[in-house]
Amino acid sequence: MALPPPDPQFVLRGTSAEVHTLHFYCGGQEPDYPILFSGSSNGLIHVWNLKTRRVDTILDGHGGKSVYWVEAIYGRDRLLSQGRNQKICLWDLAEGRNTVTDSVFTENVGFCKCSLLKVAQGHWLMAMPGKDLDEVQVLELPSKTSVCTLKPEADAKPGMPMSLKLWQPDFGSCPFLLAGYEDGSVILWNLSGGKILSRLACHQEPVMSLDFDSEKTKGVSGSSEEVLTVWSLDEQQNLKVQKTHKLVNAGIADVAIRQDKKILATAGWDHRIRIFGWKKLKPLAILDYHTATVHCVSFSDHSRPSERLLAAGSKDHRISIWSIYNQTSGALHCPLETRKPD
Amino acid sequence: MDPEPFEVGHAVREAINILSSSRNGVQISEALGTIKCYLGGTENQAPLKEREEFTRVHFSAFLRGLVSNLSPDWIELLTSDQQKELWDSFFLEGPADQAFLVLLDSIISMGPSFRLMKVISILEQFLQTGRMSALMWEVCHQQAQAGLPTFQETLLNKVVCLPDHLCNKLQGNNLPIFFPQNYFPLLATEIIQVLQRISDSLRGGLDCSISFMSQVLGKVCVHGRQEEILNVLVPRLMDLTKVDCIWQRMCWRLVECVPDRWMEAVVCGFVQKAPGADVLSRLLGNLVVKNKKAQFVVTQKLLLLQYSYVTAVLQNLLGYLALDSLRRSLLIKVLKELLETWGSSSAVKHCPVEQQLYVSKAILICLSHLKEPEIESNRQELLTSMMGGMKCRLDSNLPRVRRLGMIVAESISSRITTDGPSLKFQYEDDDETRELKSLQQTAPLQLHVTDLPNAGRNNSPSATPKAVSKPSGNPHPATPAVPEEGSDLELDSDDDLVPYDMSEDKELKKMKAPVYIRDCIEVLTGSEDMDKWEATMKVLESLIRRNSATTREVSMELAKVLLHLEEKTYIEGFVELRKRALVAVTIIDPVPVVQYLTSQFYSLNYSLYQRMDILDVLALAAQELSQPQASGKNKPCSTQSPCIQTVSGSDSSQNWRRIVDERIKSKTHRLAKGQSLVEPACGPNKFSSLAGHFFFPLIQNFDRPLVTFDLLGDDHLVLGRLAHTLAILMYFAIHTVAAATMGKSLLEFVWTLRFHTDSYVRQGLLSAVSSVLLSIPSERLLEDMTDEFLETQSWLEDVAEKDPDGDCRRLAWQNLLLMENLLKKTQKCPYLVVGGNWKQR
Repeated sequence: MALPPPDPQFVLRGTSAEVHTLHFYCGGQEPDYPILFSGSSNGLIHVWNLKTRRVDTILDGHGGKSVYWVEAIYGRDRLLSQGRNQKICLWDLAEGRNTVTDSVFTENVGFCKCSLLKVAQGHWLMAMPGKDLDEVQVLELPSKTSVCTLKPEADAKPGMPMSLKLWQPDFGSCPFLLAGYEDGSVILWNLSGGKILSRLACHQEPVMSLDFDSEKTKGVSGSSEEVLTVWSLDEQQNLKVQKTHKLVNAGIADVAIRQDKKILATAGWDHRIRIFGWKKLKPLAILDYHTATVHCVSFSDHSRPSERLLAAGSKDHRISIWSIYNQTSGALHCPLETRKPD
Repeated sequence: MDPEPFEVGHAVREAINILSSSRNGVQISEALGTIKCYLGGTENQAPLKEREEFTRVHFSAFLRGLVSNLSPDWIELLTSDQQKELWDSFFLEGPADQAFLVLLDSIISMGPSFRLMKVISILEQFLQTGRMSALMWEVCHQQAQAGLPTFQETLLNKVVCLPDHLCNKLQGNNLPIFFPQNYFPLLATEIIQVLQRISDSLRGGLDCSISFMSQVLGKVCVHGRQEEILNVLVPRLMDLTKVDCIWQRMCWRLVECVPDRWMEAVVCGFVQKAPGADVLSRLLGNLVVKNKKAQFVVTQKLLLLQYSYVTAVLQNLLGYLALDSLRRSLLIKVLKELLETWGSSSAVKHCPVEQQLYVSKAILICLSHLKEPEIESNRQELLTSMMGGMKCRLDSNLPRVRRLGMIVAESISSRITTDGPSLKFQYEDDDETRELKSLQQTAPLQLHVTDLPNAGRNNSPSATPKAVSKPSGNPHPATPAVPEEGSDLELDSDDDLVPYDMSEDKELKKMKAPVYIRDCIEVLTGSEDMDKWEATMKVLESLIRRNSATTREVSMELAKVLLHLEEKTYIEGFVELRKRALVAVTIIDPVPVVQYLTSQFYSLNYSLYQRMDILDVLALAAQELSQPQASGKNKPCSTQSPCIQTVSGSDSSQNWRRIVDERIKSKTHRLAKGQSLVEPACGPNKFSSLAGHFFFPLIQNFDRPLVTFDLLGDDHLVLGRLAHTLAILMYFAIHTVAAATMGKSLLEFVWTLRFHTDSYVRQGLLSAVSSVLLSIPSERLLEDMTDEFLETQSWLEDVAEKDPDGDCRRLAWQNLLLMENLLKKTQKCPYLVVGGNWKQR
């Protein structure tokens, strides 16, 4: 008899709005404490102290419009946030400040989250949906200069980009962009030429999210249908479907592969978080806590594997934090002793 | 005239004279030496005739003389060597039977003294030097030439009862060698030695009687020492008979010669101790065919009258019957008799369940031994008894009895139907059913190990048949199969990540459940939308509890709908959901709903299921109403509350009983301590004003049969439930005004039904008595209901002793205990009884 699935390690409440995006920053040394950024539908960004499990700071910079992407840059002192007010803001959080120092206006009104990639010390590439509906724009940060604009040919008609992932095979080489589109296809772009390398129609419905493992060159995508697809990229830069997994209930809002490439988490419209083994897509656990659609999942980047956490934000205004499969020995572990019941 | 006899007698008399009068060591040793010549074995022995004369006539007398002269200063006249040489040797080297008798007689007749100690030490040496086998050999030898029966009888008694005599005499100072657990194994090895000598002499062509050995064996067994003696004897005989046909015949003869009055003990012992049917067959031979008594024991007593033996014994016994063609006719006869017992409805009612289990096991084992042609010739008979037995077993209220019936019937039908489908029942497997099923699959033992004279030593007889039967398909080999070889790809898998339980991953229901009770009624009565219907069922209870005012408006309608509700589509736990909703309605608006439910219980056109549901609902509602509620809303009313489990499943009666037991336990404790526990929450008991509404309509009409419903007839399952429910209602009516009246009518109800044949009903009645004892104040009980109390007490005493059902007996004992406690309590507080006097003071 298998063990019953674990309960959340703790639950963060108090956003008083749907939680759309989560981002951990745990890399800091002592006395820095691990933090979690959350963006919610009321336009606020909460900075959670994971030690005290309370809100440190609340950032309000998107005019009450939903925030759907946050990511730390320059350690914990700078933060990028993308909101439905068509702005991508750069926050200065150092020494207790919380001001917007810079911002980019996006002309796109969709829901597509940006993707950030560090290409060199102090230099980043950021992919964001562009002005035209099917266009993706890549900026260089911090200079904000446009590197390229990726627009599919007129007859391709993939629809709007829904999900982006910038990656590069190894540090310093030419970066690629994987983009999931409205028609259910995933396209691999070469940034240097602005060309489509491969296109894979892997879903019938829009691709809601995707994640990519650059070591094994395979990725996973979820859509609004009830299938989770794993595809791989071969040496000829062709995308191929490797495996699909049929879910009980339709709708995957978010997928995330853990940094150690061992497990995969999905955020389901059916209120459940699912955990799979990444190698064989073996279903491992169904975490049933939320009472409404789960919008996002995120793994922490704790340096010690045993401290790694999984966070999920949901429409029910709660962020659940889980500690699962983080024993290096491989043994099953759910640290119930530290569990805080809600 | 032959002068010699006189000569020997003269010498002996003289010697005894010297021994008793002389105080001269040399003279005494000379006298002893003279007599020793008659024993032989020394260089200057007396002529053979004289020796025989001495041993036959004078030896016992001489030994007695030796013993009677024994005293500390007398024995000191001899050196210790001389003591051994001259004194001890008479006992240890002379004819063992006489020596043994003299020793024991003197031990029995003597008080504690030096002499006693000496004699006992001689007896100890006697046993240690293996004189016992010499003794028995002598008797066997004499028997061949027709010995004296009375002498043998005495000897037999003394041999078998030696531990008793010595234990009585020595009390705490007994020597270990005389303990039964040491003596009888010793005796067993001596028996084997005698048998060895007998076999040698048989091989030498000499005749020898074995009957004394049989008598010893029989008497030891009948004295209850089977365990000790057979533990040694059986393994030795098993080894010896394996290859040797003379030994085999001796062994058969040994058992056959056991006198009838001891046969049962011996046969039972062998059946229990033999490690397998083939061994048993080798040891007993065709005993059951030759000996009527043994036949009776094997075919009747061990199978039909007793039921305490383990399954292995049954397998031994029936396997033994199956192993020989002469005995197989007995096997079929036994099976028919077993089936007759199994199929008799009075046996179902009056036998303990354990015995029924035993008989069922025996039937299954018999069936596994039958061969096709045997079944063929008895098919019709088997079919008839199966149908009869199945019917009365399925009628039973005890789930265990029903299940036993199902398994046996399934097994019979699978054996007698060669083509076409056999019977198949639905029941849940547990350890018992698995054990039973494994019995019917035992491959028949068809192997005479004795036919294989070359069976190797390493190949122990108990293992042989199993090893042979294995390839033919042992159905449940415990050996784990070779682990499935995964493909190479599997090596690189997520095996180190152990999945959690994912059974909860089900489809999400999008259907909105109704929010108003009136909507619910509409959905439940009319809607064809199954999703909606299901969602309604799931929220109904909480809706009812939340909106008590609205519920009151429609309570009757709702109760009606719920009572008649059928499971339109499969919902998990539908019965439970419906029941809980009904309970909720009952609690919100008790009086009319209870009136409705109780009236429906006795009206036409309900299924038994619905009637039992009504009872369950009433019991659960009474429980909830009687519990103090701090704040009604927060109380978890559903799943986890310690509800009375009323699912009419296999174990419901177990649950009832457990709950009642727990209550009795806690209550008994309280009475004994005279202190009440701290109540966690207080509040008015809502049940107190309602108890009558629950109770009286239910108890009123039980004896009025309807066309479709006859409580006192076939529907005794409902009657049992009714009795249990009344017991529960009575229990919850504690401290209420109506309790005394309720108790009185309940006791009357019990009194009317006390001889009901169904044990489930009787269990209900006994629970009712417990409730009465617990709920009614003791002074009311003892003053107002003295007659009923005493009547019930005498009935309980009767049940506690004679009832075939173990649970009934236990409940009756508990009730008696409660009564005793009540009486004790009243004695402790005398003012209860002599209240008037106390007030006057």
